[in-house]
Amino acid sequence: MLSKSDRHIIEASKSRGWILEPQAKQIMAGRGFDIPNFVLTDSIAVAGTFLRNAPGPVVAKAVSEKIIHKTEFAAVVTGISEEKILEREMIRLKALQGCEQVLVEEMVKGLEIIIGAKNDFQFGPVVVLGLGGTSVEIYKDTAIRMAPVKSAEVASMVDSLQGKRLFRGYRRSPGVNMAALGQLVANFSSLIMDLEENFQSIDLNPVICTQDRCVIADARIMLVKGP
Amino acid sequence: MAVIGVSTTQNSHPANVIYTKNHLRYPVKTYAVNPKGGMLNREPLYRQVEDIQGDVDMAVIAVRAQFVPGVVKQCIKKGVKGAVIISGGFSESGNHELQKTVTDIAQKADFPFVGPNCLGIYAPDVVDTFFLPGERIVRPKKGNIGFVSQSGGVLVDQMVKFAGQGIGISLGVSIGNKAVLREIDMIDWFENDLETRVIAFYIEGFGRREGREFIRRAERCPKPIVVLKAGKSPKGMAAVSSHTASLAGDYRVFSEVMKQFCVAEAANEYELTSFCEALSCYSKGIRGNVGIVSLSGGHGVLAADACGAHGISLPQITSRTIGKIRENLSPEIRQIASLTNPLDLTGSCVDNDIEISVRHLARDENIECILTLLLPYSPGISADIGAKLSQVARNEGKPLIAYVPHEDKYKIIIEGFELNNIPVASSVEGAVLMAKALKRCRPC
Repeated sequence: MLSKSDRHIIEASKSRGWILEPQAKQIMAGRGFDIPNFVLTDSIAVAGTFLRNAPGPVVAKAVSEKIIHKTEFAAVVTGISEEKILEREMIRLKALQGCEQVLVEEMVKGLEIIIGAKNDFQFGPVVVLGLGGTSVEIYKDTAIRMAPVKSAEVASMVDSLQGKRLFRGYRRSPGVNMAALGQLVANFSSLIMDLEENFQSIDLNPVICTQDRCVIADARIMLVKGP
Repeated sequence: MAVIGVSTTQNSHPANVIYTKNHLRYPVKTYAVNPKGGMLNREPLYRQVEDIQGDVDMAVIAVRAQFVPGVVKQCIKKGVKGAVIISGGFSESGNHELQKTVTDIAQKADFPFVGPNCLGIYAPDVVDTFFLPGERIVRPKKGNIGFVSQSGGVLVDQMVKFAGQGIGISLGVSIGNKAVLREIDMIDWFENDLETRVIAFYIEGFGRREGREFIRRAERCPKPIVVLKAGKSPKGMAAVSSHTASLAGDYRVFSEVMKQFCVAEAANEYELTSFCEALSCYSKGIRGNVGIVSLSGGHGVLAADACGAHGISLPQITSRTIGKIRENLSPEIRQIASLTNPLDLTGSCVDNDIEISVRHLARDENIECILTLLLPYSPGISADIGAKLSQVARNEGKPLIAYVPHEDKYKIIIEGFELNNIPVASSVEGAVLMAKALKRCRPC
């Protein structure tokens, strides 16, 4: 079931055709998904305070109705640990087309994966899982399942990937928490069943997976084109 | 059966071909219908289906598209149980309205029909509505494969291939525009049909969300389902704005979802044939661990390569199995046979050596399925080897798949297997494809 606030976000985003990152993450957070601590602001002072209180470096991202793919606009800056750099990047991001606010959030390090959804004409909602990041379309290493999927099925999705060893632990990297990943994919698959009438495709990319958790670092929901 | 639209002047009209064929060659009582009435070859031509005195189970409708709605109404009035609408000129040529009219009439009266724009059905020894002259087509014998095709041409061609491999079918259905009866209905029908053991489909595409419904039924159906999909290359995909949409193309989704629910997707018509034959003998799945018994080192390597290409594993045989085989082999080959997987018993082996090898491989816990590559040229192989190995497979209870060259000379060997429900491939790769069919379920 969609919550009242989910419906509200969807209605408000329909004319744009997609849901902005902060609202997409709000929907995810409402389902209990793990998202990084963040502040959404246009104030350099507020961002600075957030950075000082953060346990490590932060990421700054432009939030703009005009920017769907942030990488192409250099609208994401990762690994900021100094206030001076944060200030400089905030000024640059705010100057990007359509950008009113900047999303500053704690940076999590781990394996970057993509969890996606497509509303397929023949089969309805399907879940996609694979290696993520900005080069997903180059490696095309993904597994697809018709939603909903059970968390136990996620292991077989991972095992069907070329990059499965990265999930299971490779050389000095410890691998990902499969229980957390399984839970996330299963819950995500039930979310997309609820969104069946509304969405066209969803990218959670990257989702950052560590030994302890799976954090949704970016989310984009493309909506069915409405009137 | 009533054939509606039989021509009084044109003997090669589809309706005439269907009428004549069934009238002369099949046990079904066939009536010819034409509004003109009169006689055709000393049999009455009925003006309309309602004039037929007996009950009519099925009507074959081969009149021009615009007359189809009226004819369907008459059939309903007469109490006909269902129809095959051969006529073209509906959705396939843009006449969606006309198709909808016919569909609405039928659905309102709960009157099932196959088509329009199709060849209809072929049930061996019972009925054949294909408008192909009887002497032209090669028909498979009665068997246990149910085959449903969106294309009539593919259905006929596949039937020829089945016949060539000695595979029989329970029923072949060309569903054409699938206005009323669709793939999902056919799953239900074949699920309850006692003669059908494997359900095979040639699919061009599903309607909106129809794939999901197909999968739901397939999941519930205890019989193995095989699909051959046409239209795999992405056609002019509109610029997609998300990574996921671009990664999950239509065909990719189709293929992955089929695997997810244990539907065996055949890559091409050869795989379809092999899959059907293998699954009609063994419906239980394997994870993909195969043991190979060969009489020639070369064939063993070829089979191993094909296994690699198709994702089949050749696990190591346990030393206990190797010991058991070695001690029972004939002294002539005991030292020269190579007892790793694939086993090479050499051209000097005799029947008993092969039996021993298959028996102990079947008892090996690492092996789920055995391929035996039988080269009947070897002097020590008898004509009875097929029956002998079938007995071994039966005793041991593990699937056995044989390769025997399909030549008349070796027919007796092939029959020895097939009469015992052991599938026989006509090529090494075909045998590997049969093993692949058994691996249709993705391990969860």
